[in-house]
Amino acid sequence: MLAKLASLFLVLAFGVVSQVSAMPSQTVSFDDPVTEKRYQSLIKELRCPKCQNQNLADSNSQIAVDLRNEVYAMLKQGKADMEITQYMVERYGEFVLYRPKISGLTYVLWFGPAVILLIGVIIVVVVARKKSATKKELALSDEQQQRLSKILEEKE
Amino acid sequence: MGKIIRFLPLIVFIALGVVLYRGLFLKPQELPSALVGKPVPEFTLTGLKDGDRTLTSVGQKGDIKLLNVWATWCPSCRYEHPYLLDLAKSDQFKLYGLNYKDERDLAIKWLEDLADPYQYSIFDPNGRLGLDLGVYAAPETFVIDHNGIIRKRFAGPIDGKVWQKEFAPLIKTISQERARGE
Repeated sequence: MLAKLASLFLVLAFGVVSQVSAMPSQTVSFDDPVTEKRYQSLIKELRCPKCQNQNLADSNSQIAVDLRNEVYAMLKQGKADMEITQYMVERYGEFVLYRPKISGLTYVLWFGPAVILLIGVIIVVVVARKKSATKKELALSDEQQQRLSKILEEKE
Repeated sequence: MGKIIRFLPLIVFIALGVVLYRGLFLKPQELPSALVGKPVPEFTLTGLKDGDRTLTSVGQKGDIKLLNVWATWCPSCRYEHPYLLDLAKSDQFKLYGLNYKDERDLAIKWLEDLADPYQYSIFDPNGRLGLDLGVYAAPETFVIDHNGIIRKRFAGPIDGKVWQKEFAPLIKTISQERARGE
């Protein structure tokens, strides 16, 4: 029993270790927790230009490492978040931003989903109205209802 | 109205099909450079072969230049190297190298073994100029016009086909601009 527990413990421990080593290995240290938070959020918001569906935080490619170092260095120099993202955009284009700015190019990206939702709602409303209209047409008029009752009574 | 609604699924299906089919042939790796239309960033680096020589610009004003980003750790650079040797013979433009995040000894040996297509190579061991140029991998090739303005950035190896499609027309355009004195 004890041996089993021990082996289970080992497996768990190694599982954790291997997970940790799968993370990009890089240590950064900050003097204050606020800057560290800013660093973490910046590298999550910036896209890796090489491995295009990863952000800088997730990627281990050489360029992602370089850019993380750059973000780190700029934070250490006391640069503002805006300055850092601007610096990246100047070099790698709007593409590096996971949340692109609203501009002529990105209107579709920002408002497309809302427009499509609106179109969907309009279609649903139109179809639903039409259905209820045809239901009314199908319903028996008062006169027909009376005739129906009469026929049913006669049958009984 | 009723008829249109009946065909709506088909219309949507065709539209979606067209969009997705086109999506198959998009190349998201080919990013437009943020630096197109801008001058080459400032830098102070040394020459690769001549470590004592300080370089602050690529080539000379008035020349049309190609700046090829290369490194010995980059397999595609080896692939495109013979074609670069061909390009080096052209009198329309001059070919310069940017040795990117490499080791000087290895890079010099590479040029000795495979021949050197470049007028000279800029040695950028830390990738500083690379970063300012928005380089994210090697090989990449920049076209710099006679006024020192970056006109194109191409990521990936160059071969004859790529050259004809991506570069030749632009080089021609720039040559014409230069002839007109623009």
